[in-house]
Amino acid sequence: MTLPISPRAGTTSARSASAARTAPSRPEAGSVFERANPLAKLAALLPVTAVLVATMDWVSSGIVLVAAVALLPLSGIRVGEFFRRAWVLVAAALVSAWGTALVGEDSGALLFEAGPVSISEGSVLAGLATGLRILAVALPGVMVFITTDPTDLADALSQRLRLPARFVLGSLAAFRLLGVLTEEWRTLGQARRARGVGTGGNPLRRLGSWLGQVFGLMVQAIRRATKLAITMEARGFGTGDRTWARESRFGAVDAWVVLGGLGLSALAVGLSVATGAFNLVWA
Amino acid sequence: MVSMKTGNTPHHSGSTPGPDAGHAPSAGTGTGTGTTGAGQASRSAPNRRSWRVVDIVVAAVIAVASGVIFWAWNLAYAGLSPAFAAFPPSSALVAGMWLFPAVLGGLIIRRPGAALFTELVAATVSALLGSQFGLTVLASGVIQGLGAELILLAFLYRRFTLPVALLAGLLTGLFGGINDAFIFNWFPEYTLDWKLIYVGLVGVSGVVIAGLLSWLATRGLAATGALSALASRRAHQEPVA
Amino acid sequence: MPGARITAAGWGWRHAGRPVPAVAGLDLEVPAGQKVLLAGPSGAGKSTLLYALAGVLDPADESEETGSLQVDGAVSRQLRGHAGLVQQDPETQVILSRVGDDAAFGAENLQVPREQIWGRVRDALDAVGLGEDQGICLTRDTSRLSGGQKQRLALAGILAMRPPLILLDEPTANLDPTGVLEVRDAVLAVVERSGATLLVVEHRLAIWADHVDRMLVLEPGGGISHDGSPGELLAPGRVRDELAAAGVWVPGRVPAPMTPTSTSAHSPTAAPSGTLLTARGLAVSREPVTPGWRRRFGPTPTPVQADLDLELGAGEAVVVTGANGSGKSTLLLTLAGLIPSHAGTLTAGAALKGERAGHLPDDPYRWKAADLVSRIGTVFQEPEHQFVATTVRDELLFGPRHARDPESGQRLFTDEEAAQRADGLLTALNLESLAEVNPFTLSGGEKRRLSVATVLAAGPEMVFLDEPTFGQDANTWAVLTGLLRGLVAEGRSVLAVTHDADFAAALDARTIELAAVAAVPVNPVNPVNSGESGARS
Repeated sequence: MTLPISPRAGTTSARSASAARTAPSRPEAGSVFERANPLAKLAALLPVTAVLVATMDWVSSGIVLVAAVALLPLSGIRVGEFFRRAWVLVAAALVSAWGTALVGEDSGALLFEAGPVSISEGSVLAGLATGLRILAVALPGVMVFITTDPTDLADALSQRLRLPARFVLGSLAAFRLLGVLTEEWRTLGQARRARGVGTGGNPLRRLGSWLGQVFGLMVQAIRRATKLAITMEARGFGTGDRTWARESRFGAVDAWVVLGGLGLSALAVGLSVATGAFNLVWA
Repeated sequence: MVSMKTGNTPHHSGSTPGPDAGHAPSAGTGTGTGTTGAGQASRSAPNRRSWRVVDIVVAAVIAVASGVIFWAWNLAYAGLSPAFAAFPPSSALVAGMWLFPAVLGGLIIRRPGAALFTELVAATVSALLGSQFGLTVLASGVIQGLGAELILLAFLYRRFTLPVALLAGLLTGLFGGINDAFIFNWFPEYTLDWKLIYVGLVGVSGVVIAGLLSWLATRGLAATGALSALASRRAHQEPVA
Repeated sequence: MPGARITAAGWGWRHAGRPVPAVAGLDLEVPAGQKVLLAGPSGAGKSTLLYALAGVLDPADESEETGSLQVDGAVSRQLRGHAGLVQQDPETQVILSRVGDDAAFGAENLQVPREQIWGRVRDALDAVGLGEDQGICLTRDTSRLSGGQKQRLALAGILAMRPPLILLDEPTANLDPTGVLEVRDAVLAVVERSGATLLVVEHRLAIWADHVDRMLVLEPGGGISHDGSPGELLAPGRVRDELAAAGVWVPGRVPAPMTPTSTSAHSPTAAPSGTLLTARGLAVSREPVTPGWRRRFGPTPTPVQADLDLELGAGEAVVVTGANGSGKSTLLLTLAGLIPSHAGTLTAGAALKGERAGHLPDDPYRWKAADLVSRIGTVFQEPEHQFVATTVRDELLFGPRHARDPESGQRLFTDEEAAQRADGLLTALNLESLAEVNPFTLSGGEKRRLSVATVLAAGPEMVFLDEPTFGQDANTWAVLTGLLRGLVAEGRSVLAVTHDADFAAALDARTIELAAVAAVPVNPVNPVNSGESGARS
């Protein structure tokens, strides 16, 4: 099973050393998504997501999904990587669809009924629409985050959005421990097996030993965090204003990204309303 | 992102230079020789409400560790997923799992905004790893974290007993359930009954997983000495109720 | 840039939640630019002093300060960034995920203007040997650095702040011998160039003794007990003996292994004889081989070592050495039945399986944990990874209580026997007074002793250890080697991954050196026999 670490495998190593002549920063080469400022990408994603949250219909979800696939070349995500991730999202969307089919409002011909659950033509269609909407929310989000370096995001959040640097950089430093803690989780499992902690037995016992491992991870995580905080403080962190070695900048590409997001959401709403498919979820 | 503001303290003056910025180490030397640091005034005035660097980093690392735990949970309980897939509303029973960072962060850090901040960072970690909820996972993190935060606030960040933890777990669960069923409305076509059942189940799950387990974990962690730099260092010696 | 001057007058510090102060009544004067080695038994408050000088002790936090401690005439808390600090665990010394960013972090916090930062960063990285000329670009992922490189990066981050005071808290304790030297030399070069005052805390005095001007010995709960040049204090005599007795590693002295008072506690089973474990054509890898149908979607991971033939007999001591990343620990985990072997076969001999082996498979990886624990015990590098109980006594009871007879599923030890074994080990390892204490709150040496005791509690025939002596003081080292020698004498088999040559010698161990893994080597096992037992296949 692949680890949740290095969500952007390849992006960092792809950076050329020449880019570092002044300040190492976002790649000058690289896909549009990789070059764009993280805030611009989030600003583009926001209206698109908002439309999908507001309405559940085939048209808006479909447009966003088609656009996401069409934009794949701009994202620089390898096709294999994309499908590996998309597969999980599709599965999740199917589960949601199935749930709605089971306990959604029934209409049309009743296909199946058992106790409190029932499946009807109407609930199956509603389920498919539900799944499509979830997939449409997920896919562009994953495409944005997969191409976003946490360091660039933190730079943008603190320099551009003016969020408090202590909190943003504290979180960024913590995020670096993701890989360390993932490795530690594995080691804990091996170390506990060596002590005779089984992973077999009845589910309750397994849950118990799993929770023991969770506890072990938390102890190590907090010990590390405490030391890390000392390291950061000893480097003068947290006492006041700071300068930034690298400027988080907005460029022309960012304007295009934001416009693209706005355009896509306008198109989705427009077509959805025009075709009469628009369907406010809170109604 | 609101939580970040909540956590803002006298230490840090945000975008505007603080009154003592003029005393900051002169940029040329960078050594700060003989000057008083910008944060010094607030350091000498202890305040159990204000966030220190260690509070921020520990809260964030708890959130990151939660990300690892979610991943491990998915691996270990891949066997269970067909059961949840067979009847999706049943997944509400373990939904408390995604909410525990809020309560745990609140109980361990004991600063205003800790529950909200920890859950928000946990949500950001999920997003960066590729969440199936896309951008909305951040908003959900705020809403879920707010549940625990409001309870801790109601007790003025002075009581972190078992009942408080259970209540925090409950409200986090209810907020999380309402978030899914009514705000983002991930299953608009569920009947109202099923939506309410869903919210109730997430609430129960929140009480047990986010509330009870977080409280037990906090006491256990305090007993190991891992919390010695934090306000909860004596949690294991505190009365239960 | 001149170094910093340190002045302490009756200084003391009590940590929040602690009844007694970590440091009390400290009087000290360190002139600018002096290089000082700080020694003393564990618990003498050496780290506390460094934290205080670094300005990271929090006075607002239920803690208590007495007397005064000043750096250049000011309280160090007011001088953040005036002192740079490197601690022990490399993983917590790195803050950010790009080398350049990490080195720039401190300078940014000191509000160095952007135009100056990158120049400083490049200088600092060059000075510690991590510059672009050395092939490390500013965007290099910090998680891909070795432990020694991480510590040098931390040093660069400090250097970019241009502090007049450099504080090192056992910066090399977690490193292999190469890493130790590379960090030490980087420190010396940096201090030489900057003229900064240096304070270094270290258990292994030999690393620094020849390179510092002065040595201070701290006393637990007190102030300074000895103050002089390293040559003076470490010459044969009272001070040297005192230090050695307190567990400090004085140069040129290897402690004598300490035979435990009673070894009977962990020898209830008849001593085995014959071959315990055989590996044929073994390849090892941390990444599990993906199961069949998914394999075509990803490349099969390359094993870190391949084609290993190995035989471990009863009463044998073996150490595995090799460069960083040569797969020593991976091999150990594989042999110990904790991760699956990548290729080849691993076979437990009849002597290891025991009389009541039942249908126990050949490969220990396929055993249940309850069957493993009474046959193979593995001691991990970090003792806390193996703690599963809330008291020291329960920790020792855990193994015996969980060991099972594979055939009947019955417990191997009754409650009474388990208690006996636990008590025996408590006595043998001098942990009786700590029986009811939470294991996580023990000192480093106590944790190490407990972690070894816990795996011995279920009476395994084989004991595997991963760097058991890393960061340990000389006393713990002596207890550990004595205990392991006892096991070998009983006919049990001990295998350790270690860089510690003294440890190998003390155990009279056969050495297996793993070749570095540039490519998968043809014949990676290179027996360098240091003991008398050369019976290797």
